[in-house]
Parts: sequence; C-alpha cells; structure tokens
Amino acid sequence: MALQFEVVGRFNRARASKLTLPHYVVQTPMFMPVGTQGTIKGLTNSQLEDIGCQLILGNTYHLELRPGAELIDELGGLHKFMNWKRGLLTDSGGFQMVSLLHLADITEEGVTFQSPVDGKPMLLTPEESIQIQNKIGADIIMALDDVVRTTITGPRIEEAMYRTLRWMDRCIAAHKRPDAQNLFGIVQGGLDPVLRDICVRGLVERNLPGYAIGGLAGGEDKDSFWRVVAQCTAALPEDKPRYVMGVGYPLDIVVCSALGADMYDCVYPTRTARFGTALVPEGVLKLKHNAMASDERPIDSTCSCMVCKNYTRAYMHSLVTRDAMGSQLLSYHNLSYMMRLSKDLHMSIVEGRFPEYVRGFLRTQFPKGDVPQWVCNAMEVAGIDISSCCAPVPV
Amino acid sequence: MRFVVTKPPAGAGAAGKARLGALYLGGGGAAPPIDTPALVVPTRRGLPSFISRDLIDRLPYPDSLLLHLSPIHFIECPSTRTIKNIGGVHQMVGLQDHFFIASPGDSVESLPEHDGTNKIGAAFETPSGRRLINPKDYMEIISSTRPNLWASLADEVPAWVTEKRNRLSIDRTLKWLDDCLSLDQEKGVSTLGAVVGGPNIENRKKCATEVSMRNVSGFYLGGFGLGESIEERSALLNAVTDILPEEKIRFVSRLGLPEEVLQGVAAGIDLFDSTYIYHLTLGGFALVFPLDILGEAPEALLRNSSSDYTKINLHATIYRKDTSPIVDKCSCYTCLNHTRAYLNHLLNVHEMLAQILLEIHNTHHYLGFFQSIRQALKQEKFELFRQRFMESRRVHLTEAVPYS
Repeated sequence: MALQFEVVGRFNRARASKLTLPHYVVQTPMFMPVGTQGTIKGLTNSQLEDIGCQLILGNTYHLELRPGAELIDELGGLHKFMNWKRGLLTDSGGFQMVSLLHLADITEEGVTFQSPVDGKPMLLTPEESIQIQNKIGADIIMALDDVVRTTITGPRIEEAMYRTLRWMDRCIAAHKRPDAQNLFGIVQGGLDPVLRDICVRGLVERNLPGYAIGGLAGGEDKDSFWRVVAQCTAALPEDKPRYVMGVGYPLDIVVCSALGADMYDCVYPTRTARFGTALVPEGVLKLKHNAMASDERPIDSTCSCMVCKNYTRAYMHSLVTRDAMGSQLLSYHNLSYMMRLSKDLHMSIVEGRFPEYVRGFLRTQFPKGDVPQWVCNAMEVAGIDISSCCAPVPV
Repeated sequence: MRFVVTKPPAGAGAAGKARLGALYLGGGGAAPPIDTPALVVPTRRGLPSFISRDLIDRLPYPDSLLLHLSPIHFIECPSTRTIKNIGGVHQMVGLQDHFFIASPGDSVESLPEHDGTNKIGAAFETPSGRRLINPKDYMEIISSTRPNLWASLADEVPAWVTEKRNRLSIDRTLKWLDDCLSLDQEKGVSTLGAVVGGPNIENRKKCATEVSMRNVSGFYLGGFGLGESIEERSALLNAVTDILPEEKIRFVSRLGLPEEVLQGVAAGIDLFDSTYIYHLTLGGFALVFPLDILGEAPEALLRNSSSDYTKINLHATIYRKDTSPIVDKCSCYTCLNHTRAYLNHLLNVHEMLAQILLEIHNTHHYLGFFQSIRQALKQEKFELFRQRFMESRRVHLTEAVPYS
C-alpha cells in the first residue's frame, strides 16, 4: 500500500478526507480531469495547478498506443514525461478496448482485439495491463475488469463479475510496484444487488488500497445508478477511498458524495467545453446561443477563475467552436468549476455545513423546486433533508 | 502614444535607413517604452491563436505588449455596440496593459481580395466568406475597439494587377484615408496613413507624398507581401521611406520571414506584423536558430550545414526520446518545462497543447530575434549582422537569396 487515507470530516455517510499519495496529498471529495493522451486538452500544467487540480487521469490504452509504455518508462515515467508534479491515475485500458473497438472479444485470458494500427490480433491480459501501468508509473492504477454495460441483462453480468474477481488476483500477482503504486479493485455486477454484494466482499477480502465502483455511467436510469452506488459505499470499508468511475455531472457528484463516495472522473467538463457549453451553478450555459452574442456578463458571476474575471459571455460567444482559444478558455472555466465543486464539498463537510451546501446546490439547479425523484430518494438514504428544495406535489 | 527615433540611420551603406526607435505606450501605465524595430504579435479577435492571457504574461516584457488587431475579425461578432459597452478591445480580451495596432487584414484569415474591392469598400476573404467593408463601418469597429494605433482602410492589390488598377487603388486608398480621418474623433493622433502603389516605384512615391501631407501619426505600408518578388521589394520599400517624414513611425504587414524583416529594417521600417510564427506552429516547427549572431564565429554558424539550421520539425521521429528542451538556455515556458520528446508525442496524437507550447516558444524566440536586431543596430553592426544571418541560412538553400 502506498497511500494514507485520513477522514477529516463527516456527515452521515458523506466524508471529507486527506489522501496522501506518492506524488501528492489530495483532498476528497475530488474530481479528476481526464488527460487521455498525457495532456488535458488545451491546458498547460501551470493552468491546471492554478485552478487547483490535484490529480489527473491518463488512459493506458491510448498511452500504450502512443508513445508507448516502454518509451515512457525509459524516459522516467509519465510524471516526468509530462512534467506533472501532482497525482496521476491510470485506468486499465479495458474500457477503451470495449468501447472503442467493436471487434473486441473477451475471454478468460483477456481482451482480444484488432490493433487499430495494423489490424493484427492483439490480446490485453490482466498481467499485461498491470505491466503497462507499472511502466507508466501513476500513483493509482486500476485492475483490469470485465466491464459490461448496465443496459445488458442475463448471465453475462454474472460471468463478468466472477471473472473480474479472478482477474483481480492475476493483477495483484503481476503488480511489481505495490510500494509506489496503489492498485484499486473495481466492483462490477451490473444492477444486480446480489452480484454487487458478492463482488464487494470478494474485493474487500483482497485488502486493496482502494476500491472503485465500475460499470455505471453508461446509460442506466438514474434511480438504479444511485442505488448501486449506495449499496457499494455501505459495504466498502470505511478506511479506504472509494472511486465512482465515469461520474460525471455535478449533480451526480453531489449525490454520490452524500452517499459516501470520494473520487470521480469524467470527460464531460472538457468535452462539453469544446462544444461551447459552460458549467454554471444553475446547470449549463450554451454559449453558442444567439442571446449570448450581446450578453455582457461573465459566464458565472460567482466564479473567480481567470476566464470569469476577464471575459464576457459575448466575447466567449465569438470564440467558442470557432477558435482554439475558445476551447481553451471554456475548458479552463469548466474545470475551475469542477475544482470549486470538489473544494466546496470537502470544506462544507469539514466545517459541518454539508446539508446546507447540498440544499443550496439543489435550489440553484432547480429553482422551481423540480428536484428529480431519484435525487430525493438518494438524499433520503443519505440522511439529508431536502424537503425545502422540493416544490410541494400538487394534490 | 509617442514615438521617438532614438538612433537615426547611419546614412551610408546598404542598411542606410535602419533606425532605432522607442514607442511610449502612454495611457498612464508604468510600462517602459517598446524599442523598435519590433514585432507586432498577431492575434485572432484580439488574442493570440493559442496563448491565453495568463501565459502571455510570461513572454518577454515589454516586447510582448505589442499586439496586432484585425478589425475584420469583428465584422460579425461581437457587435460594435457590445464591444463599446464592454469598453473596447483591451477590456474585452483582458489585456488592459497591452498595445494594440490595427490594420485591416491579417495574413491568415482575412486576406485582402482586390477582385472584390470596389468604390464602396475593401473586400476580404474570411472564413465566413467574402466581406466588403466601407470606411464608415471600418471606423465604427475602430472607434468601438479603440486600438492604440490603427491603419486607415486601404485598397491593397497584388503585384500582378494592371497599371490602371494600381492607380485606382491609390485614388481609393487616399479617399478612404480622408474618409477615415473625417470620422476620427482623435483627429489622426492614432492614425497610420496607408501607403499603397503596388510594384510601381513612381506610384509608390506619389502615394507616399500624398499621405505624408495628411495629419497622421505614422504610416502603414500596404500592399507588400502580396506577390512582389523579394528583389524588387527593397526598391519599393525605399521609394516610400525616402519620402516619409523621418520622425513618424512606419508599420508594414506580411513581411514575416527573418530575411524579409531584415530587408524592412534596412529600409527604415519600425514595426512588423508577421504570421511566420503561426505557420511554423501549425506545421509543428520550432525555431532554433542562434540569436547571438554577432557573437558566434562565422564557422560555428555554418557548422550544421546538413540540416535546416533555423527550425526543427518536432514531428520527426528523431525527437521521440529527446529529453532536451527545444533550445538549450531558452527561458520560455515551454523550454523551462517540457522536452522535445513530449512535444513530439503531443504532435503525433494531435493534441492542442502542442500548438500552445510551440506558439509560446516560437513567439519568445522571434521576439529574441528582434532584440538581436536592435542590439546590432545599437552597436552599429547591422550590416554585418544581416550578412552573417543570411549566410547561415543560405547554406542549405539551393538558390541563393540575394539581398539588397
């Protein structure tokens, strides 16, 4: 184990923590931007540090393709290659393989697929995924899991869950650097509580440094989504970090944090920026809309990032989807928003005002009181009273 | 704004008209003057293509305060009313301490289209099609953006037009200069009168004489970089600068390559707007030529004759594992923080960060080139500087580029 997890504040299931990793000490709840190919699109390291980014993700699949884990290792690891001084996390490569390559085939051995470079058949095994991640050198590495979409039903889900456990052992055996890199296990099991339970217990038995809740954020209905998160966070050990993969929207992060999750990653903030959509406390702001052309307000008057302090919606409207600078500036703001969200969640828990924060968040996003039912259900389980945010149901 | 010639031309030799100047930005700011000859950094809607305002701060100071502005970029949006409400371009792009110099087109996005230009206005090819702009609309954009200096609207024609079309362009340009001045609330205090005349020396002289008689603060030498050969350009530049008053500033567009800059400096030009950096950046090139041209022994400069000693193409596989910075001892953000290997990777995976880092380095390096030019002028070694520089570049060229 190469981390230290210290809970520094609580409200019911929600917790704020100080997580000490080999390269950096992070505060959770924490959102991790995705730097797929060894860079966050359009932002420099100095800018990421300015906005308070603590840890970023690299994608094993992409990095192994180019420039190659061997080269990264030779040049001293991904931190050195990127000159990023804070935390790094790599995923196993499995998800990309399954989602990007329609000809992928999963067997007990591993994931076989056609190389996108030359079409040759290739095989990613748990051993190889860990080997590659050992070379890349991130603070946190992910086990190769058998991922299935939550929209699938049937015996495949059970098969995938058990295989995930078997692959977990192979990952553990293959991991050469447990003193420098933390291997997280990933809970699978679809939307089936029985399967999820078996998987959680299986992973907890292996006494891993941290646990991720996988297989979500793929199109399942929100009511099922939060229930799986709630079940897993209730069963996972208190003293280890919990990472919900692929989440996501600010609202989802608030709910999952209330239910006891700590870490999140998603391409959403940066991807939506490139389409001209800004994240604001009220939800989203589509800067391409004609109304924005003459709007002289900043994107978000409550935001103190470089973009909101200097630019108007009107000017941003003229840039977005046209000039690279538009993507850069909007990505900067959107990630600043996510960093602020993380910080607010952490501080509100530490300072004992988490419920007030949640209520404020929901009121701003749903001024008419139309908080979605799934959020109400989740908050009930989380023990947070949000009745004042919900409009009375007409009789 | 105040411009002062701090070291007048030596008067003799091929570089007889080269001079040093100082541009005082005014506006109550504490910025030191910008020494000329200077580079005017190109922008798109007021900001560099890839360098955001927090990264601009790390470029050489005060050199990087000079930015180009193309009013054509604002033909569509934001509207002049919105720009005015926001408070002008400085406020709009968050660069309150910078100095914007406006001229109609730029060499990348808004190219003058002489075929479309007519008596109503000047035509430009833009990404959203051909646009015609008349002096009134032009001045509306100028008065709402409020650049520190602006060139009058000109009819810039390429070198191959007929004599008749050339003469027409002079008449139009002079008329539009007068139109712009009459609409100018500052009465020419920030105006650069546009001088055109194509490839015809007599026309150039005639236009220069006319424009000099107007109440302007400086001059914009238009119509260069549109097809005239580098050999004939010197005579044309000199024909104009011979006539223009010495004490007023001279700005030229589209002479972007180092050789062209040296040619312009020799003819007495003070400001250059160049898209050399932009094109290099897009191509994945980084400038590496030594800036201490006078310091290096001539043999040292010619040493690496097997490759282009000016720039490297970071796409090349030889950089895959190169952990050195682009240029050793370069103090730009890119060289202080990243390696050639990382840039090679970013280019290969088509990541935007590649362009950001390259534009930073290339801008930094090119500003350094201008600083070397000024240094050489100070030491009265400009001709030697130019000769050494041309020789070091000539080594790998198949055809020698004569300079005059």
